[in-house]
Amino acid sequence: MILTPLSHISMPLLMGNNLNAWSEALVGFNLFGLPLGLVILAAIPLVFIALYSLTYGVYGERKISAFMQDRLGPMEVGKWGILQTIADILKLLQKEDIVPTSADKFLFVVGPGILFVGSFLAYAVLPFSSAFIGASLNVGLFFAIGIVAIEVVGILAAGWGSNNKWSLYGAVRSVAQIVSYEIPAAIALLCGAMMAGTLDMQKITLLQSGSYGFAHFFLFQSPIAWLPFLIYFIASLAEVNRAPFDIPEAESELVAGYFTEYSGMKFAVIFLAEYGSMFMVSAIISIVFLGGWNSPLPNIGSFALNDWTNGPVWGVFWIIMKGFFFIFVQMWLRWTLPRLRVDQLMYLCWKVLTPFAFVSFVLTAIWVIFVP
Amino acid sequence: MEEGKVLSQSVQQSAAAYAIIHDKFGEAVSAFDANETMPFFEVLNTSIWTEIALFMRDNPKLQFNYMACLSGVDYQAEEKVGIVCNFESLGIFNHKLAVKVKCARNGGSIPSVACVWHTANWHEREAYDMFGMSFTGHPDFKRILCPDDWEGYPLLKDYKVQETYHGIKVPY
Amino acid sequence: MQELDIAGMGSVRVTRKSDNVVVLEKDLMTEQMVLAMGPQHPSTHGVLKLECLTDGEVITEAVPFLGYLHRCFEKCCENVDYPGIVPYTDRLDYLAGMNNEFAYAIAVEKLLDIEIPRRVEFIRVMVAELNRIASHLVAIGTYGIDLGAFTPFLFCFRDREHILALLEWASGARMLYNYIWVGGLAYDIPSDFNKRVKEFVDYFRPKTVELYKLLTENEIFVKRTIGIGIMPADVAINYGWSGPMLRGSGVKWDLRRNDPYSIYPELDFEVPVPDGKDSEVGDCLSRHLVRVLEMEESLKIIEQCIDKMPGTEGFNPRSAVPKRVRPKAGEVYARAENPRGELGFYIQSDGKSTKPLRCKARSSCFVNLSAMKDLSKGQLLPDLVAIIGSIDIVLGEVDR
Repeated sequence: MILTPLSHISMPLLMGNNLNAWSEALVGFNLFGLPLGLVILAAIPLVFIALYSLTYGVYGERKISAFMQDRLGPMEVGKWGILQTIADILKLLQKEDIVPTSADKFLFVVGPGILFVGSFLAYAVLPFSSAFIGASLNVGLFFAIGIVAIEVVGILAAGWGSNNKWSLYGAVRSVAQIVSYEIPAAIALLCGAMMAGTLDMQKITLLQSGSYGFAHFFLFQSPIAWLPFLIYFIASLAEVNRAPFDIPEAESELVAGYFTEYSGMKFAVIFLAEYGSMFMVSAIISIVFLGGWNSPLPNIGSFALNDWTNGPVWGVFWIIMKGFFFIFVQMWLRWTLPRLRVDQLMYLCWKVLTPFAFVSFVLTAIWVIFVP
Repeated sequence: MEEGKVLSQSVQQSAAAYAIIHDKFGEAVSAFDANETMPFFEVLNTSIWTEIALFMRDNPKLQFNYMACLSGVDYQAEEKVGIVCNFESLGIFNHKLAVKVKCARNGGSIPSVACVWHTANWHEREAYDMFGMSFTGHPDFKRILCPDDWEGYPLLKDYKVQETYHGIKVPY
Repeated sequence: MQELDIAGMGSVRVTRKSDNVVVLEKDLMTEQMVLAMGPQHPSTHGVLKLECLTDGEVITEAVPFLGYLHRCFEKCCENVDYPGIVPYTDRLDYLAGMNNEFAYAIAVEKLLDIEIPRRVEFIRVMVAELNRIASHLVAIGTYGIDLGAFTPFLFCFRDREHILALLEWASGARMLYNYIWVGGLAYDIPSDFNKRVKEFVDYFRPKTVELYKLLTENEIFVKRTIGIGIMPADVAINYGWSGPMLRGSGVKWDLRRNDPYSIYPELDFEVPVPDGKDSEVGDCLSRHLVRVLEMEESLKIIEQCIDKMPGTEGFNPRSAVPKRVRPKAGEVYARAENPRGELGFYIQSDGKSTKPLRCKARSSCFVNLSAMKDLSKGQLLPDLVAIIGSIDIVLGEVDR
């Protein structure tokens, strides 16, 4: 590694290895025999997620959609309406927690919980930086794909437990959609895993680091990688029920789909889970195809941009920025496109995405074997 | 006057159409009322109204394929209620004609023409809803705008609104 | 093979083979579910209730139930004098108040047989066409929402706001105008009105292109609407369809051309009819296209009105307004081309009273909606939403 004088200055600023030492010290920090350090370490990403969901997720979506639609969006609460989401949350907290009389009370209550757990459990295996990973599993990617499927159980529980025909429609549609789209999504991710030769998320990311920045990302490593990248992006939209695949909650057809009967905090939990899933799929796509926490900037001669912008804290910055970019694209699509019909959705999955996913799988295999 | 001439021409067309119907049904239909605003004839023999309607629709010289409107009317002085239908041969001859059919005010019935023009389906239900005449042979005969258990027929001139509806006070 | 209902098992398929062995085969999903869509549903465009019999996502039958917004318009009319009915007509199709007033004014003027000043006619046509654009913008925008595209709706409402501001300037109200009176107008238009309308026309032309790109040419939108809810021309006529619905089925029928009223014969405009190239004739997309193209024609009409409008010398918008409207005994059925089709008024006068004996509004939405049962058979639930949206109902006019 070529270290210029400037990078010597910047490294301590960015804490560099100190952070690793710090986090390792935290893991070893036990108070009265309780692994408090581990709890704090796990809490950091969760706090981030909550903050992100509150601020960027909801407020950002409202502002972005407003600017796309020639409006201003929330402007009343705080300067430019920045406190709007807090006001909303306060309202949702104060609302009466209604459970319909004819609902299946257990399923109705447990549904949002499963949904929330399903969408946030995958965060455990997301490497936020070289120093931050909840659980460095050697089958991290597999775990992430698998845990998303739990959401289906939550949606079905919510939809069935509501005892509402619209909710049931939403739940049935959602299950059909998510189960179907998991196939092209998983195959597309497998292409990335094949290029890396591992399912460990941290290793996948490490394999994409190098002094040329973005050129080391899998997306730019092989021309075939664009195909699984696009397939996974489209399939991930369907998996998190975003437009144009938002048919399980199609507000003009099914009122609100599986969460028609929910209000108050239960509704907020479903909402939070949705935004959580959005970031989760965005993070997975950036880890597998876009280098995760690696800086996309290349070293140009003596301007070692890549070196300057890499490090544990920079890593958090990059992965969140990449995630936000994909969330922005998701929002952009949502406010531009109409919704597909149920049969068109299935057509797209089984007759377009799945065959192309297989094709890209085979091509990637050939590429990995024959192109060094 | 240019406009008046055009109008009277349309009345002439209506009269010609009426003549064909009169030739066929004779005494069953009344004389032609050739006014400028809405030329019409009345069906005197109400029981053959459906046949007249079919003839009006299918006769190659008439082809009244379009029922613009069907309005219920309360003829309180004659102790009758009736319907006024406005027909037009849309896109073929463009002649227009109105037909009146009347029946007794209490418990009277008119043959339905819902099988001839789909338009009549809902309009006849509306006429029944508002005036209380029944339409025999209607495929789906029930009230349309008022609730099914509403009392009385609101557009009759002597209609008195019911005091309560399911315990709710109605007049206010 | 025959279908039998055996001991409440639902539909059981009975196959009789050649050797007379009966094979019973129960369908996987035979029980149908009744789904009440509305009266509080986002895409029934108001308080319409559709009782759907569904087999999974497939609608076996959808029966509309009306009357949730019934306000006894016709009974009200019998208790108000002729000019007093005008504000009530605003509340029929509340998205096109000017057009409703126009149709009513035509009916009473025909009964009275009075001449209207030419400038009044031009102003009437201009405000009616402005309102037609506003109404079509709502129809197109909400149709986007029905199909999941939210942004075109707000673009449409942004542009509609300019029209509402113009009409408010002229009449003092945003939606319920009471501007076109029997025999004239409430007021003359403000002095700079035509200039501002011209500015609006220049502003709006490029916006229609934007709308076209965003919605009408969108691949998903086209896929969702093409070939859905096809209504053949002859059935459409038999159902009494009119306006964009009938033109969507390929019948070139526009009352402004085929039964001209007011100054429409003097104006140059096209009647857009789908040619079957971009859409299948009679489907939801055709109806949508007709509305989109009609806005362009309305712009043309407005421009011509501005150019040809007589000056204000010696003009009094109320010069022909009768002091006391008491028509001679008789009946009239007069109609006008509304944004949603033919709005007709059947008025019966006894010649003595200043109140009509009977005033019936022939509502285009009411008639167009009656085809719902036929159109929805065997469609998917999302297609049902697409069909309701393409019918473009306003419940104020359906229920009256």
